[in-house]
Amino acid sequence: MADITHLKEQARQIRLLILKTIHNAGVGHTGGSLSEADILTALFFHIMNVNPEKPDMEGRDRFILSKGHATPGYYSTLAHRGFFSTELLDGFDSLGSILQGHPDMVKIPGVDMSSGSLGQGLSCGLGMSMAGRLRGLDFHTYVLIGDGESAEGQNWEAILYSGAANTRVSRLIAIVDYNDVQLASRTDEAVAMGDMAAKYRTMGWTALECDGHDMEDLVSTLEQARIKSEQGPVAVIAKTVKGKGVSFMEGRYQWHGKAPNDDEYEKAVLELSGGSK
Amino acid sequence: MKLPSIGENIMPRVSFGESLVELADDFPELVVLDADVCASTQTVFFRDAHPDRFFQMGIAENNMVSAAAGMSTLGYTPMVSTFAVFLAGRSLDQIRVSVAYPSLNVKLNGAYGGLPTGKAGATHSSVEDIAVMRCLPHMKVLVPGDPLETKLAVKLALETPGPVYLRTVRCPVPVVFGQNHHMELGKAAMLHDGQDIALISTGMMTPKALAAAEELGKQGIRVRHLHMGTIKPLDDQAVIEAARDCGHIVTVENHSVMGGLGGAVAETVTRYSPCRVTRMGFPDVFMESGDNESIFSKHEMNTSDIVSTIRKILA
Repeated sequence: MADITHLKEQARQIRLLILKTIHNAGVGHTGGSLSEADILTALFFHIMNVNPEKPDMEGRDRFILSKGHATPGYYSTLAHRGFFSTELLDGFDSLGSILQGHPDMVKIPGVDMSSGSLGQGLSCGLGMSMAGRLRGLDFHTYVLIGDGESAEGQNWEAILYSGAANTRVSRLIAIVDYNDVQLASRTDEAVAMGDMAAKYRTMGWTALECDGHDMEDLVSTLEQARIKSEQGPVAVIAKTVKGKGVSFMEGRYQWHGKAPNDDEYEKAVLELSGGSK
Repeated sequence: MKLPSIGENIMPRVSFGESLVELADDFPELVVLDADVCASTQTVFFRDAHPDRFFQMGIAENNMVSAAAGMSTLGYTPMVSTFAVFLAGRSLDQIRVSVAYPSLNVKLNGAYGGLPTGKAGATHSSVEDIAVMRCLPHMKVLVPGDPLETKLAVKLALETPGPVYLRTVRCPVPVVFGQNHHMELGKAAMLHDGQDIALISTGMMTPKALAAAEELGKQGIRVRHLHMGTIKPLDDQAVIEAARDCGHIVTVENHSVMGGLGGAVAETVTRYSPCRVTRMGFPDVFMESGDNESIFSKHEMNTSDIVSTIRKILA
């Protein structure tokens, strides 16, 4: 059984780390890091079989951040989980830091795939799943994809292949961080993604939907996804809010890639620490 | 591995396809991924011999390249095989980010490299792939000269850690290398020594260049003929010595004169030992349909053109 209260507290602490990291660096993808924070918490603190002491263990579950710009969320989660020191977050995005703007699997413990150019992660995850099957390993591969990113055609190549009747892909789980907002506008003002679950189902996937900020819903949906993925690929469409947790950032594309100034940082920390909005 | 004999005329794509099967036992982690062109690139031999290690990814090259990257993280050695024009063009970003950046052990077979594509014309003639691949960090670029060296290049690619781009061609090419020929990463093969002029060739132009060097030899011109089976890393030392000893280098390649062998040689000599470089290859135009020899003739890339180019330089 998941300790939901405990997980919620981890997510809150990760959000604080995200804001600190971005405020420190003066740069970073705030909105998408906050929208993915609960999903990453559920994965790394409950769902996934990973061991920070042995980040390369063969049978571990794999995770790919296909929306590779949302590194403050990813790095904060990995650090909070113990893959590396949270002190390293202070060097985020600076010359010589292992914490590059986008994930570098060669440098960072716990990162299973480099990413950054949108749309490639699901294909990489598919390859891991194919290789796992060939090796006779039973790990699961989780790929986190943005809703805006879903406009990249390569996603649909991977979805089509994985869901095809003859390809027998299993233990592959795509999670869509459906936060409705991309870099320059709301997603429905760019290319409206509509019913993502229906799109995945049409292409042969099982699709589940949940509230990407309701920890109980998230955990139980991801658990279901893991079980169902034995039979074929599973998509989890997680409805989220860009900038979740900080009232003046929520739902605003202006916070896609902007760092808070000192005042904004202070207000945000206050909100996340239980202070008034 | 069974090597062909001098004088045989073989399609390097067939040598490529055969060698995958012949090397399958020695390289148990080898898997092959195809985008519906295995009957053309000849990975069909591997498909039939090792169906469990062959993945038909459909006509979706980008997904194929990134999936291969994912497979390699579990210790497999994927050979991603499709037409060069699609790898270096359509899938450049996947190769760059999913493969080259993390330096994953993925091998890329750029089939139908250069002109000979079966009259397919501009869209299928890959005359930019060497230029594109050689400027990617971590990437190594092999351009074997004949069917025998194609087989050695497949083995070399599998033995070399990290990403390797291998170029194979469609049309028959005469075997010019003997059974003792050795292919080493970053090492040129000197086919003729001389100091009147240096001739550096790569890929299927090497047999043509070799014939030109022999013809020129009969005319009393001593050509230093180097074959570059590896474009990256380039054998800088051999190029520098050619520049110093001969004073003028002619490069010949089944590729654009921009950024390929000629570009690489020019970069090396301008840095270390400036000399004249004459680059033979395709000009800055798209290819067109037509039989191979007509197009090679149109762009003055036959043995007789190499001979006359060198005679003019030395006149």
